[in-house]
Amino acid sequence: MKTCKFLLLIFCAMFVQATRVAAQDDDLLKLVGEDKPKKEFVKYAFKSPRVINGHSMEFLAPGTMDFRILHRFGLLSQGADNFFGLDQASMRLGFDFGVRRNLMFGVGRSTFKKELDGYIKFAPIMQSTGPGSFPFTVALVGGVTLNTLPWADPTAKNYFSSRLAYYFQTILGRKFSEGISIQVSPTLVHNNLAPIQSQSNDIYAVGFGGRAKVSKRMAFTWDYFYVVNGIENGINYHPLSIGVDIETGGHVFQLHVSNAAGMNERAFITETVNDWSKGEIRFGFNLSRVFQLTKGKGAK
Amino acid sequence: MKKVLIFLFSLLVLKSVSAQDKFFTKAGKIVFDATTPKSPENIDGVNKTVTCVLDTKTGNIQFAVLMKAFEFERALMQEHFNENYVESNKFPKTDFKGAIANATSVNYGKEGVYPVKVKGKMTLHGITKDVEADGKLSVKGGKIQVQSNFQLTLSDFGIDIPQLVADKVAKTAKITVDCLLDPLK
Repeated sequence: MKTCKFLLLIFCAMFVQATRVAAQDDDLLKLVGEDKPKKEFVKYAFKSPRVINGHSMEFLAPGTMDFRILHRFGLLSQGADNFFGLDQASMRLGFDFGVRRNLMFGVGRSTFKKELDGYIKFAPIMQSTGPGSFPFTVALVGGVTLNTLPWADPTAKNYFSSRLAYYFQTILGRKFSEGISIQVSPTLVHNNLAPIQSQSNDIYAVGFGGRAKVSKRMAFTWDYFYVVNGIENGINYHPLSIGVDIETGGHVFQLHVSNAAGMNERAFITETVNDWSKGEIRFGFNLSRVFQLTKGKGAK
Repeated sequence: MKKVLIFLFSLLVLKSVSAQDKFFTKAGKIVFDATTPKSPENIDGVNKTVTCVLDTKTGNIQFAVLMKAFEFERALMQEHFNENYVESNKFPKTDFKGAIANATSVNYGKEGVYPVKVKGKMTLHGITKDVEADGKLSVKGGKIQVQSNFQLTLSDFGIDIPQLVADKVAKTAKITVDCLLDPLK
């Protein structure tokens, strides 16, 4: 009798065990356990490494090249005769290269002052989620511009160094949500030769830029620089651009209106001579196409 | 009474000792291919960290796929896949929960290749749909290899292919599954 009771008990226990295992079948995936959360860098805060004029917190993917054509036209106020400024076009041709997830560089040439420009952008810290996360990206940009116009007065004593200007920028940016990214960029532009006589050679400015996604492929963008000490009354003004980014298969079109004609940091921060409040704005667009130079890891 | 109990007891012992019944991997491979015949380039990506679990006793099979883990040759294609098509920030994981319809025809104890038909529910881009696929299980050396090729109509899962890229990106994606499962201890 005792063995009977004992066996009955064992039987019940094992029966309970068996039914418990059967119930777990419903979610097999839970049996193998959840993956440990990994640190993930936040991507695609902006669709381009430029907000409109200024650098954005976004980097090109390693091994890619961005071919950029920028156009800035004449003032809209030129009216229908000049096709609202489109007859007067100024351009920058540029190539940007992604080296690492947080390192890129670029070169370009603007028709405005026939200026060459080059820069390097590096982010020691990038916005990330997961363990060891960080709430925003810190990117550092260093650039140089070279004016290649012939000397205004060839007989005067001209210095090559007068053609050069430098800029240094720190970008603090955060992708707040799928739709909204905002960044602040304190900048220093050093003109070896100040373009406006009364201007200091060292100009400080703070950029405010952002984008608000309207749909999967379209976003509203703004790019403003508050020039702290370089504004000479009645001569130059703070540059402000507002526009729309449209992404197609391989191209990003950035259409905007702005008071700034310059397309590199030196030009649009220290030499914007048009006034928004007087309606002195122009239409412009940036056209960007990304090419993959070195093949990434893929299906083949 | 004693005899009955001993009989039942031995049955239970046999049942719980009977073999490894669950197999799994966290390194399974899935290829997603949405290339149209006219497309000048391949629209395909591969995921090599798929989780797959198979219960040989019930024939239940489940997959979990992290969408951000699909790798593409072109960075821009990967960006578009994540941002514009599968919206991986909103829907980070795709899963499939189903069962082998002809489970009894597979003899896990004997090495060989067994054709199977799998039916179940796939949740992709936040939408759950019934999916049926043919595949095969290869039992060899204590491991089970799960392979399958099937197609998914992307619009069924709310993934729109805009007219602008319709000549490159196909409306149906070819999915190739290849997972080698080890016993779950």
